[in-house]
Amino acid sequence: MNVTAVVKKNTYFDSVSLMSISTKANQFEGVDQAFVAMATEMNKGVLKNLDLLTPEVEGAGNGDLMIVIVTADGVDADTVIAGVEELLVRKAPAGGEAKIVHRTIASAAQADPTANLAVIAVNGAYAAREARKALENDLHVLMFSDNVALADEIALKTLAHDKGLLMMGPDCGTAIINNVGLCFANAVRPGSIGIVAASGTGSQEVSVRVHALGGGVSQLIGTGGRDLSAEVGGVMMIDGIRALAADPRTEAILLVSKPPAPEVERKVLAEIATAGKPVVVYFIGGSEQAVTEAGGHFAASSQDAAVQAVRLTSDPESAVPGLDADRVEAVRAQLNAEQRHVRGLFCGGTLCDESMYALLDAGEEVWSNIQKDPAHVLHAADASRGHTFLDFGDDEFTNGRPHPMIDPSPRLERLVREAQDPTVGVIVMDFVLGFGAHEDPVGVTLPAIAEAKSIAAATGRHLEIVGYVLGTDLDKPSLAEQVAALESAGVTVTRSSTETGQYARAIVREGTRA
Amino acid sequence: MTSPTTQLFDGELNVVNVGLAMFDDDISAQGAKVTTLDWTPPGGGDPEVIAALDLLARPDIAARIEAANAEAIERITSAKPMLVGFGRAIDVVPGMTPTTIIHAGPPITWERMSGPMKGAVLGAIVFEGLAADLAEAEKVAASGAITFSPCHEHDCVGSMAGVTSASMYMHILHNETHGNYAYTNLSEQMAKILRMGANDQSVIDRLVWMRDVLGPMLKEAMEIGGPIDLRLLLAQALHMGDEAHNRNIAGTLLLLQALAPSLLQTGFTTEQKKEVFDFIASSDYFSGPTWLAMAKAALDAAHGIEGSTIVTTMARNGVEFGIRVSGLPGNHWLTGPAQKVIGPMFAGYKPEDSGLDIGDSAISETYGFGGFAMAAAPAIVALVGGTVEEAVAYTRDMGEITTAQNPNITIPSLGFQGLPTGIDVRKVLDTGILPVINTAIAHKEPGIGMIGAGITYPPAEVFEKAALALAEKLA
Repeated sequence: MNVTAVVKKNTYFDSVSLMSISTKANQFEGVDQAFVAMATEMNKGVLKNLDLLTPEVEGAGNGDLMIVIVTADGVDADTVIAGVEELLVRKAPAGGEAKIVHRTIASAAQADPTANLAVIAVNGAYAAREARKALENDLHVLMFSDNVALADEIALKTLAHDKGLLMMGPDCGTAIINNVGLCFANAVRPGSIGIVAASGTGSQEVSVRVHALGGGVSQLIGTGGRDLSAEVGGVMMIDGIRALAADPRTEAILLVSKPPAPEVERKVLAEIATAGKPVVVYFIGGSEQAVTEAGGHFAASSQDAAVQAVRLTSDPESAVPGLDADRVEAVRAQLNAEQRHVRGLFCGGTLCDESMYALLDAGEEVWSNIQKDPAHVLHAADASRGHTFLDFGDDEFTNGRPHPMIDPSPRLERLVREAQDPTVGVIVMDFVLGFGAHEDPVGVTLPAIAEAKSIAAATGRHLEIVGYVLGTDLDKPSLAEQVAALESAGVTVTRSSTETGQYARAIVREGTRA
Repeated sequence: MTSPTTQLFDGELNVVNVGLAMFDDDISAQGAKVTTLDWTPPGGGDPEVIAALDLLARPDIAARIEAANAEAIERITSAKPMLVGFGRAIDVVPGMTPTTIIHAGPPITWERMSGPMKGAVLGAIVFEGLAADLAEAEKVAASGAITFSPCHEHDCVGSMAGVTSASMYMHILHNETHGNYAYTNLSEQMAKILRMGANDQSVIDRLVWMRDVLGPMLKEAMEIGGPIDLRLLLAQALHMGDEAHNRNIAGTLLLLQALAPSLLQTGFTTEQKKEVFDFIASSDYFSGPTWLAMAKAALDAAHGIEGSTIVTTMARNGVEFGIRVSGLPGNHWLTGPAQKVIGPMFAGYKPEDSGLDIGDSAISETYGFGGFAMAAAPAIVALVGGTVEEAVAYTRDMGEITTAQNPNITIPSLGFQGLPTGIDVRKVLDTGILPVINTAIAHKEPGIGMIGAGITYPPAEVFEKAALALAEKLA
């Protein structure tokens, strides 16, 4: 046992600081005991009891600081003392006030009365409670959380409606408010088209298409996928239409949804007549007659919806080129007779839906995990058959793991597996850019694409891989970068969700084969 | 009138982000204002507790609670606890008997007591002459001859073990506004003391001197000088840099300033007066218990208001942490396990030597000083291992779980903001913020005493139990 004592004359530290320093010094390597204290009679008494009272320390007084260390053999006491002295001079970091951290919505809203919207992305078990708190504090709500009870959704939307607030979601992945993209959204130009959407990637797609056509978005109000169910009754789509009708920056309104419940569709369409602005309606698989009779502009596809909205606002001549027939023929010529199936591997639910509908509309049989027809439902664990379209963002795939826009691995494994099937001619994939998405969705997929291509090549097959990148030139990474990467990997890149389905259909459809 | 959506579209987007931090980056990168919460599931995520909180949030019930809490806050802040005298426990404390020993925290039996409390009880038995020595005291304590009871159930508070016996001298406080009384015993000052569990002859000798000289001299001084307004002194002490729980240097000087002229006029010898002054000079803690009794006098006035969710007691016996809530009247304790105290320790001691959290002194934080007033006492931030900014953050955080600010006791560095006052059970569970408590650390074994100081928190379950009990009562 080696005792080293240092007395620093006329050096004052308060007892609390010294206790703190002693505690830290006791944790030094090689220190059996460290004692840093003012040389009061009481403290010297403690040292005496410990048999550590050296003559030098004994002679120190009330205003002197003493450092006494007991070190193991082979430990350099000077280094230890220097370490203790460093603790003595250590200054607290200078600087301003600690950032105020709020724990509750009420606290944050009360601290800043200009707060006007809450984004809620907590576990579904707690989400409804948080949304209620937000609404009670007069905040609009964008509820990203899923697994929220239907009864809670109805109660929250009723409360929001009564207060004149927006209640977007639950399970609402996308909104653009005042040109700020929220959750999963793309960077698009500000403009005069207001969007109300009951579909996440569907609303991303129309906003991106509008941007690509030179148009711009005033507001994009997501409603959550269940809003147009019979139970919820389209409360938020109707409130959204009214909000956009009252918004002077909005010149045309664009509605997007998967097929709504019929009575809700009637209610929503009835709203069109009173909007006082043109309304474009893209309800996947919806009825043209119903929309037209209600005074709306019927859109048959997301691309069509965007074109019509842009024509109604910024560019009356807006149009998009059709499919490149030569390209289609060239690819078909490369496929052998057996290769007549499409496999769609999607991150975006609506993108999957729209591509799938392109084949269904043509009378093809399609199996999918999001099929409405129970006879053609295919579960996550099932092998693909015929034309198979999978939405990897659906609950069956995401149960217990992140969304494929963040964790791509299940989709990559599936891609390689589909390439082994000799009946497959086309594999279709989407790549979603924007806020909240993977930082390089194409890059992370390229090795699997190369593997799939080489599997097919090894058996003398051409495998047509079709990629659609949902994004704009303002997104990071940019659309152009991702497209270039896909093209250099031999992937055919389509220009819209609509074209993606049309292209796949044109290549494999039996009836159109020469 | 413009609609809320028109206001939203016409104004700047300002988002409160709950749950996913990555959205914060995306929103701020687009130039919009965003505040991301430090969010945790309410009630620790327990569905039963959440259901209770939801029930308490029902508009009709919430309105009753708001009114009751406003009343509780009014009583706490308007209480005027005056030091009116000193006297022996047997003479002044309600329900005291020669064989009663009152202790800190919720009720506990001899068998279950922690080391420091056992040490203090044994010392008190010897001090009272109920046993000749510590060995005999152990038999007496276990025999059933001693009545053990919480200080709080006798209008008292006791720091650390809180062990108080019949002939110990007590502060006598009278709440002039509401008429109730509160009591606490005298500071024993240094580290090796009964309230920390030490009990050797030096400890007993000091208690005897306190009984025979200090106590009677203080009693006589008060009779000469008259009542002292403690709320006023506490307010001054906070302005002078105390938080009045772990740092009491200013408060002790203020109390001495008030007492000294009268002490000098007592009939004791100059030698005895010097002993008293030396004793006061021996430690800054002399006024520590005084503020605890002050808080007790105010909080008792706010206890038992139908519908109130305000915490009126936080107390620990070294084994269990107990709270009482205004709307659960009488001695309805809600208890959970006492926690470790984290902080620096005297040389030679290690964390494993520590006894668990003990003492009625958390009445400080229940009232709004101590850990809640850390911003007032920058000199002790080292105790929490941190910076002045962190001390300010503690006080700000406590504002998130309290109902009001006490207009009578303020913190200069926060623009003279009042003490965060009135811990609301609902807010604790909604925010996941637990009250922060500044406290001392006693050695876990009997007979040793104080070995450090630091901060600790109540176990969350005491608030969960309170919410369930309140929900049941108010449904």
